[in-house]
Amino acid sequence: MIAIVDYGMGNVGAIHNMFRRIGVESVVTDSVDKIRAADQLVLPGVGAFDAGMERLHSSGIRDVLDEKVVQDKTPVLGICLGMQLLGTNSEEGDLPGLGWIDAASVRFNVSDAERPKRKIPHMGWNSVSAAADSPLFAGFEADPRFYFVHSFHVVCEHPEDIAGTVNYGTTVTAAVRKNHIFGVQFHPEKSHKYGMNLLRSFAGISMTQQGS
Amino acid sequence: MFQPRVIPCLLVQNGALVKTVQFENPAYVGDPANSLRIFNDKEVDELVLLDISATPTNTEPNLTLITQLASECFMPLAYGGGIRCLEMAARIMRAGVEKLIINTMAHDNPEFVSAASRRFGSQAVVVSIDVRKTDSGYEVFTSSGKRPTGLQPVEFAQLMEHRGAGEILLTSIDREGTMTGYDLELIESCSAAVDIPVIANGGAGKAQDFGEAIHSAGASAAAAGSLVVYFGRQKAVLINFPPRKRLDRILDAA
Repeated sequence: MIAIVDYGMGNVGAIHNMFRRIGVESVVTDSVDKIRAADQLVLPGVGAFDAGMERLHSSGIRDVLDEKVVQDKTPVLGICLGMQLLGTNSEEGDLPGLGWIDAASVRFNVSDAERPKRKIPHMGWNSVSAAADSPLFAGFEADPRFYFVHSFHVVCEHPEDIAGTVNYGTTVTAAVRKNHIFGVQFHPEKSHKYGMNLLRSFAGISMTQQGS
Repeated sequence: MFQPRVIPCLLVQNGALVKTVQFENPAYVGDPANSLRIFNDKEVDELVLLDISATPTNTEPNLTLITQLASECFMPLAYGGGIRCLEMAARIMRAGVEKLIINTMAHDNPEFVSAASRRFGSQAVVVSIDVRKTDSGYEVFTSSGKRPTGLQPVEFAQLMEHRGAGEILLTSIDREGTMTGYDLELIESCSAAVDIPVIANGGAGKAQDFGEAIHSAGASAAAAGSLVVYFGRQKAVLINFPPRKRLDRILDAA
């Protein structure tokens, strides 16, 4: 069972809907027990970095996430803000992130000359260049298109943690992966068949496949 | 490659899909759920759903319909119509809607836009601005185009950006449903005046019009109503959407 972690940030309903559409069992939950019992985790998120971390702390979910992901090596997929929270920090806020990946979120740097064409947030569909070995992007024929909406983007300390990139004036990280920890900046739950493929691939990743 | 969005703008009245001309004479064009499935199949970028019966009849948003549609919508969904309180907004978001479209309340109580933006994030708050050309220039109208405000669209768009709106849905009432092309002057003035994305709406009659709104007038996205529910000169009711390759040619020609 996949637990979609409901900490009050983001469109949990849409993720649940898409899992249902592709025949994958999932549950939207804020229950520590249910999160503990899950085989896989999805950490969604829309909104501000500090608000996300505060809610993970105040709800008591932070500790069970560490237990599951760091100790038990349960596969986790962070989506949008959920991916940014996997990192250590963000220019958007003061609180430390989950720190599972050496990465920081930074503000888009758009020059005044580019501004009319490159509005922030980066909002809309864009094609993602996936790293060759990325299990999340397995089975795509051409570069898949996904729906993005974000004003901050993730910069990885280690290039090998970058699982996909996207171009919006500059090349930015679209997906990260470190062992069983995955993150996507875009919204697979709102990206038609591309998102369905990706969520199906994530659902097919088990702890043993990760060899960890 | 990043591509500007092309967005079907669907109007709902008492649960039925309708299409208006200059905000009048709603004609029945089908069932919203069926239409949405077709747009899913066509891999449309995003959908705007406006309940045009909610504000005029002072009724609550139809949560049953919104929930049904959101559960089957595998593209971003923006909903507008009768959103008057944060609790209702939260229920709509929880149903799986990405964006709230606020029109009448944005004018009557701009603080509502700020509050929604703080609660859901600015990316979830679209302010819809309906504009009519009057003798004294462009003027913003609310309440389904019935109520003049005395405000100019540029100043109102800037105020809404300042209040925390993440996007502007800019509709020309004069062009809406006419399929005679967008009001490029209106789009250009507002797009240049704000840093947030402006969605051009009202008047799309052919796919080339999207390129005009986006590349000539500076809109970030283009919405279409009649073009996606009518087909051919006789305006036969048919849910349709320009093929991706055609849009690629039009939108990449920047």
